[in-house]
Amino acid sequence: MSGVILSASNLVKIYTQRSGRFGFGTTQVRALDGVSIQLRQGATLAIVGESGSGKSTLARCLLQLQPLDSGEVLFEGRDLAALTGAELRAARRHLQMVFQDPFASLNPRMKVAEIVGEGLLIHKLGCAEERREKVLRMLQRVGLSAVDLEKYPHEFSGGQRQRIGIARALVLEPKVVVCDEPVSALDVSIQAQILLLLKELQAEMGLSYLFISHDLRVVRHVADEVAVMHRGRIVEQGEVAQLYAAPQNEYTRNLLNSIPGHRQMAEATI
Amino acid sequence: MSELLRIEGLNITPVQQPTRKLVKEVSFTLEAGKTTCIVGESGSGKSLTALSIMGLLPPALRRQSGRVLFQGNDLANYTQKQLQDVRGKRIGMIFQEPMTSLNPVLNIGYQIGESLNFHLGLSGSALKAKVTALLDQVGIPADRASSYPDELSGGQRQRVMIAMSIACEPAMLIADEPTTALDVTVQAQILNLLDELKQRMNMGMLFITHDFGVVVDIADDVVVMFRGEVVESGPVDRILGHPQHPYTRALLDCVPDAEGLKPLKPIDYAWLNEAAA
Repeated sequence: MSGVILSASNLVKIYTQRSGRFGFGTTQVRALDGVSIQLRQGATLAIVGESGSGKSTLARCLLQLQPLDSGEVLFEGRDLAALTGAELRAARRHLQMVFQDPFASLNPRMKVAEIVGEGLLIHKLGCAEERREKVLRMLQRVGLSAVDLEKYPHEFSGGQRQRIGIARALVLEPKVVVCDEPVSALDVSIQAQILLLLKELQAEMGLSYLFISHDLRVVRHVADEVAVMHRGRIVEQGEVAQLYAAPQNEYTRNLLNSIPGHRQMAEATI
Repeated sequence: MSELLRIEGLNITPVQQPTRKLVKEVSFTLEAGKTTCIVGESGSGKSLTALSIMGLLPPALRRQSGRVLFQGNDLANYTQKQLQDVRGKRIGMIFQEPMTSLNPVLNIGYQIGESLNFHLGLSGSALKAKVTALLDQVGIPADRASSYPDELSGGQRQRVMIAMSIACEPAMLIADEPTTALDVTVQAQILNLLDELKQRMNMGMLFITHDFGVVVDIADDVVVMFRGEVVESGPVDRILGHPQHPYTRALLDCVPDAEGLKPLKPIDYAWLNEAAA
């Protein structure tokens, strides 16, 4: 068993919502209600859950994009909340994110070279020439080419944009990548391409993935371990094959039984 | 076996470019009480095919040729006024986004009642009783009739859409990706509900989806579309069990299975192009 690179214990995040007639009242939603996870070096931990289960809040809180109400996030043994601004920025180089919507997550006014190279510029990695070289190599690695450097995001298809988003995250050679529903906006054939690309890059670069998804079929293919979230809590977690074969929790069972075509497909393949 | 819908040689082109076929020579049939699924990736022409049945194509597109026979009559020759009598009364339709298809400033009881009033002339207590019965059929408590769409969850909104579409007991239901925006457990409930209503009312259902899992759950027949053309069609067991066309096989190969037994294989479009040539 390899070492733990990112761990979170007892995370709590409470949102206060206006409610009632004209929003005079308030209600509190416990988006994260005592969540603890451990991501092992080089492995993929999938967080599955339905909308509103708190899985995206978990991703944002882990990367300190949102403040926690309580709990602790340790990256390589250091508490991220205790870092100063400069230290946190430095740590973020190693904590990157790939977003769901390839249309909303790329700045439409920037060229691909600028989008992918921005992180290198912020972290002052290499001179201009080296940066350009790095950006180009990364783009080629994700399946794009030199002519794409000077293009704008609107000139690409959804799958190509997701490749740009992946290049942007990985050009910094991070250690942990949080993938928030990276394939749910894509056609199934493009989805397979991107999933395979993510797996190859993981092996090459020794990446650890936190993979957020609502699609249990995709999770079965990419994850080593799975944590099932429901209403801000993790109701069950474990090794992927074991959890799918013998779910212990009622909600997990319900979720697995709802996979479309699940039972019939299984019969057909045997 | 009674044939409900027959599409023959349907071609759809942009008005400005009559040579560019977005839907090309599409033909298939749908029987009463059965479900035909049209499967394909985005841009394959599956939604355009469905929209053209009821004359709902965007103004920039037109049906260039082909016949749309519904209960033996060619809908393509109907006037707008004649089509109004078909839409919502003899053919119901459900769309993907339940929020954008409902009017936010009208309560759901009113919206369900609208087509009953328009097509069947119901009003007053008879209308109210029918709306209550419909809400009950789709599993929404009758006292929610005065609720507005924003007060309902995504699944409940889709149930309202279903209630609206079956209000006049249509012979056929067109469902364009009705569960794509829903959570997986809610999706399972909605698919069950549609299947149950289809059987009870002996409706024919034309179901558009990109998800083979959904196809397995509800389809009797499958039509696979690729770049505007039907590449393969037939009974669900044959299409999924023994796909003949290379595209169908490739599409099935890139669907992840819940057991993780099968390696993922993306579609090799270059190879497909060669195979087609």
